[in-house]
Amino acid sequence: MDLAVEGLSHRYGDLDVLRDIDLTIHEGEIVCVIGPSGCGKSTLLRLLGGLEQPSDGRVMQVGGQPVGSLNSLTYVFQDFALLPWRTVEGNVSLALEHHGLGADEIEARVADVLARTRLSDFRQAVPKQLSGGMKQRVAIARALAVNPAVLLMDEPLSALDSQTSELLMYDLIDLWQRERFTSCYITHNLAEAVRLGHKVVVLSRRPGVIREIVEIDMELAERVVSDLRLGQIQKDLWQMVREEAQTADMELADS
Amino acid sequence: MADTTSQAREPRAQLRPVRFRGGGFRTAPRRFVGLFVFAVLILLWEAGSRTGLISALVLPAPSQALDAFMDLALSGNLQKHVSASLQRLVFGFSLGFTAGLVVGAAIGLNSYTRAGLSPLVAAIFPIPKIALLPLFIIWFGIGEGSKVATIFFGCFFPTVIATYGGIDNVDRALIRMGQSFNMPRWDIIRKIILPAALPAILSGMRISASIAIILLVAAEMIGAEFGIGAYVLLAGNLMATDQLIAGVAMLSILGLIVNWLIGTAEKRLLNWRD
Repeated sequence: MDLAVEGLSHRYGDLDVLRDIDLTIHEGEIVCVIGPSGCGKSTLLRLLGGLEQPSDGRVMQVGGQPVGSLNSLTYVFQDFALLPWRTVEGNVSLALEHHGLGADEIEARVADVLARTRLSDFRQAVPKQLSGGMKQRVAIARALAVNPAVLLMDEPLSALDSQTSELLMYDLIDLWQRERFTSCYITHNLAEAVRLGHKVVVLSRRPGVIREIVEIDMELAERVVSDLRLGQIQKDLWQMVREEAQTADMELADS
Repeated sequence: MADTTSQAREPRAQLRPVRFRGGGFRTAPRRFVGLFVFAVLILLWEAGSRTGLISALVLPAPSQALDAFMDLALSGNLQKHVSASLQRLVFGFSLGFTAGLVVGAAIGLNSYTRAGLSPLVAAIFPIPKIALLPLFIIWFGIGEGSKVATIFFGCFFPTVIATYGGIDNVDRALIRMGQSFNMPRWDIIRKIILPAALPAILSGMRISASIAIILLVAAEMIGAEFGIGAYVLLAGNLMATDQLIAGVAMLSILGLIVNWLIGTAEKRLLNWRD
């Protein structure tokens, strides 16, 4: 399933947040969205999944859903959003319980998804026992359990320390190699964007418009940190974002 | 400037360990200290009474209060007083708490009930329910009705406020997560909002349970034959201070038991908290 964004604009009262966004996320590709803080990246993601209503324009789902999908647009949040009173398996099954599945089917899906995210040994753990990286793995497992068409990821690695986020990035790349999931991936980290994105969308500062869409046609598996081409792309992206970020940084919040 | 550099070059000339200065403000559990203080106070009190330092008229000795308690127990009236009080307490508290939970949740979850009821709650909450006791007697009769009603209203309002305050403070990110998985509204309430509000609800329960005990005694002081409050009132009227102390000690123990029950519930239900 593709996700097509057509003429999307959003305002909070008088404040223009996003203006005229046109974007298509094709099946099987990861689209990274970068931009200075406050440019409306997270708002864009909330609009994509229907957690907020756009002031103008629309978001269209194009084509059929994958077989067995319970929730085609599924989020992975920056702060994990795990229920602290539920175990790992309880948190995963939370996403399944209200679909009228049998206990066997829920159990099968939970077991399968925990195995895929290498969490099977931690089924009974509760979130307070887990490190940040493990928590985000649980959140990713929960998202995969509903077999989504598009994964909407809101800075999933930003709350983690740099080593953990590096590990988790490898996991994500690995996961994409196996499952070819479709994703819109919001980040402010350019290195993440060039490692994970098939397309990198550069947003301007508020009101956010698309400044440029950079395609990176290079296999995710081949993208190593030291790659010169990637380094060049990251440098180019930085040139684009730098000025915007600088200006955005100087802005007063209420102006 | 010259001085500091020369000091840095001669580290061995002045060798001082770094003094620890980070402690002192974190309290740690010290078991039995509370019990010890309690025992020492009672012993001092007993000794004061025996030596005549504390006159029996001013304050009876703990042993005298214990005697009065034993008399009460032997006469068979202890059970009557305690069971009458417990009945009122359990009825009034559980009804008031349940109703408070329902109304508090309604205020927390619905804009109309919030707009309609929360000013009303704010207006009635600060009224001391004891002041309304005469009205309750007219409305619910001099018997059990008015006593239970007093406790009911005393527990109801703090529970309402704790419940909707707890619901207001539920992490919006968790609710948004539930919505993002298409959870039905009732499921979000049941599986996310209510468990997340539970800490606030339980601490509201602590407050309303204490209020219930206070109001229990107040209500029993008007037209009750049995009940710890009635016993204390009678003792006071007869200037039987030993019985008075025995009755007050029973109330204190009742409060401790209730507190312990809620503390245990908190430990069990909220062990997921950091």
